[in-house]
Amino acid sequence: MFYYVDVSGANLQTDSFEELAMPLFDQLYNFAQWLTQNREEAEDLVQETYAKALKGFSSFQLGTNFRAWMYRILRNTFLTSRTGLKATMTVPLDSEEDGPELAIEPDTPETLLFERSNREQLQSAIDELPVYSREVLLLCEVEEMSYQEISEALSIPIGTVMSRLSRARRALRTRLRPMMRETGAGAIE
Amino acid sequence: MVCESWKAKLDTYLDGEVAEDEMRTFDAHARGCASCSADALARVQMKRAIQVAGKRFTPSAEFRQRIQRRVAAKPRRSFRMGWMLAAAAAIILAVGTLTSNYLGIRSGNEASSRDHAYSEIADLHVETLASASPVDVVSTDRHTVKPWFQGKIPFAFNLPELQNSPFSLLGGRMTYLDQTPGAHLIYDLRKHHISVFVFQERSLSPTLAASLNANSPSPKQLPFNLETWSQGGLRYFVIGDVSVADIDSLARLLKSAS
Repeated sequence: MFYYVDVSGANLQTDSFEELAMPLFDQLYNFAQWLTQNREEAEDLVQETYAKALKGFSSFQLGTNFRAWMYRILRNTFLTSRTGLKATMTVPLDSEEDGPELAIEPDTPETLLFERSNREQLQSAIDELPVYSREVLLLCEVEEMSYQEISEALSIPIGTVMSRLSRARRALRTRLRPMMRETGAGAIE
Repeated sequence: MVCESWKAKLDTYLDGEVAEDEMRTFDAHARGCASCSADALARVQMKRAIQVAGKRFTPSAEFRQRIQRRVAAKPRRSFRMGWMLAAAAAIILAVGTLTSNYLGIRSGNEASSRDHAYSEIADLHVETLASASPVDVVSTDRHTVKPWFQGKIPFAFNLPELQNSPFSLLGGRMTYLDQTPGAHLIYDLRKHHISVFVFQERSLSPTLAASLNANSPSPKQLPFNLETWSQGGLRYFVIGDVSVADIDSLARLLKSAS
């Protein structure tokens, strides 16, 4: 059976679900482990995502974004899992009243982070973000999805994508600041 | 104040999500503003750092193989299942036809020209589904499929826009009925395949054409639902193992396109 589908903006002709879905395997797995923070649970999540996607492939809307569709299945599966429910219960409801974005300071964590290249510190800072902030940040920065694509993957309006992203970045900077102080970088503040 | 308003949407700018003219305006501003360009650089560095740090987890080779096996096996199995069902339908059809012929002979009645045509259409449908390459032009795009028939059949026809319908076009091939060349199109509806046949009405034998114009219901012995009509000098047949309503829905789309 042949389908024309839009995968990340490109029209491809392919003859199977396998050809569309397997190239996304590594990134879906990475995203799954970021969400679950556990290897076994990430494997279960990815496995269930592929099983659901395969089963529902006939309902996939031709011409729409396959990658966003796969992420949406994974994310919805996660949210209904025990870990997902637990993670989201500890997260406050969305509030659009975050206040204006503050002007960035000259002695920023960004600069310090770049200078020190401390990947592990950044990873643990991302780990500590609430799941709604973490997922939107990863989809934007790691998967390089557009706001529209993130909106499709997470089934949220673009305005919510922007506010969550803004909150995630601000939270990350706030979390990185004390880490930098501990390593001595804060002395310059 | 100018810088503050820029900094408020600096991330959106760096994500490439502001309008092109606004991008150009900011570029011009940043070239002359040390503060904004320093902030932009810092945030780009942060973006890069997150991108690198974010690619953190790698699946095991064993897990990859497990998923690969699952996704590779299932479509083929379901595909084979489809052909098995088609083959089973062919057997049912053959038995049905033989029984019908036998009873027909016994009762001394000849099968009508119309029933014979329906039976032929059903055979063509089943034969195509059972084929390893059911279509010769493989495309979901009607603008690809329609021109493919040019020069192969002595007429032209229109295909409907399917964007807001549950049907999808899988492709087409040439076919023959009553020694007349025609177009055979295959549509998909929830994994069910529906055949659409189009022939030039005047090329069909007068007896057959007249019998089809009798407008009688589709024969009950067929294991498929079938609808046929004549429009613009062309004879259409729609046949498949979906409901009468689904067949009628596709027929209406075709009628509206013709």
